[in-house]
Amino acid sequence: MTTETNVLNPHKWVAAYADYLYMYAIVRINDEDLAKDLVQETFLAALEKVNRFEGKSTERTWLTAILKNKIIDVYRKKSSGLAIASANRAAQEQDEFFEEDNGHWKAEYAPHPIAAMDEQDPLLKKELNSILQKCLQKLPALWNAVFIMKHIDDAPTENICTELHVTQANFWVIIHRAKVNLRACIQKNWN
Amino acid sequence: MSYLKKVIYNCKQATFLIEKKQLKRLSFREEIELRIHLAGCGMCVLYNKQSRVINNMVQQLFHSSLKNELKLDDAFKADLQARIEEALDNN
Repeated sequence: MTTETNVLNPHKWVAAYADYLYMYAIVRINDEDLAKDLVQETFLAALEKVNRFEGKSTERTWLTAILKNKIIDVYRKKSSGLAIASANRAAQEQDEFFEEDNGHWKAEYAPHPIAAMDEQDPLLKKELNSILQKCLQKLPALWNAVFIMKHIDDAPTENICTELHVTQANFWVIIHRAKVNLRACIQKNWN
Repeated sequence: MSYLKKVIYNCKQATFLIEKKQLKRLSFREEIELRIHLAGCGMCVLYNKQSRVINNMVQQLFHSSLKNELKLDDAFKADLQARIEEALDNN
């Protein structure tokens, strides 16, 4: 079976993969227009690379890999310039969560039980999910990119660091700060 | 402040280790520090629990949205396929 090689059929690409690629992009960048552009760019870039397709992966995997690289380019662009300023600001804010001298929780930010996390009520869960989505969008672009690549794509840490130009030490700081912010945001908006 | 007291008070470091532990094996020393801290800190025990719930929610959110109803509109798709055909003809 493994000797079977995959072939490309661009005439069927849109019908077969456009929706899948669109969803893949939208959950990672949360911008419908940009996601549409990326899907289009992916197909057009793929056409230029058709000759280099070796048939080792499926069409879908191959197209997804092209799209993934385009998404990483977006992450990089977003996390340079203005986004860095907002990331720094958010980093300072995060220090407000803990006491400067001993690292203890500040009383106003200490974790409290969030009822919907413990209950199975579907309505509460739905509300909690929409709060989670809003809070994810509030994260600085670079943090969001790191968080998503790690938690959704389960990408190796080394790859994320290389692709987004962050050091290993910074990677762990971002993972930590992103989650502390996310949890605090959920708590704040839930109560 | 003694070393032990620092570990017991430092929720910032404990939450850092909680996040790291969900993605990577901690060093022996880190593991011990986290256990000592969690033994005496209810807030970080709660943080630990909520952090894991958030991870599960994020994964479910992304995987369920991959199956959901959000789709490209037909006009956009038709236009896109036309562009592809055009590019194919030019080769």
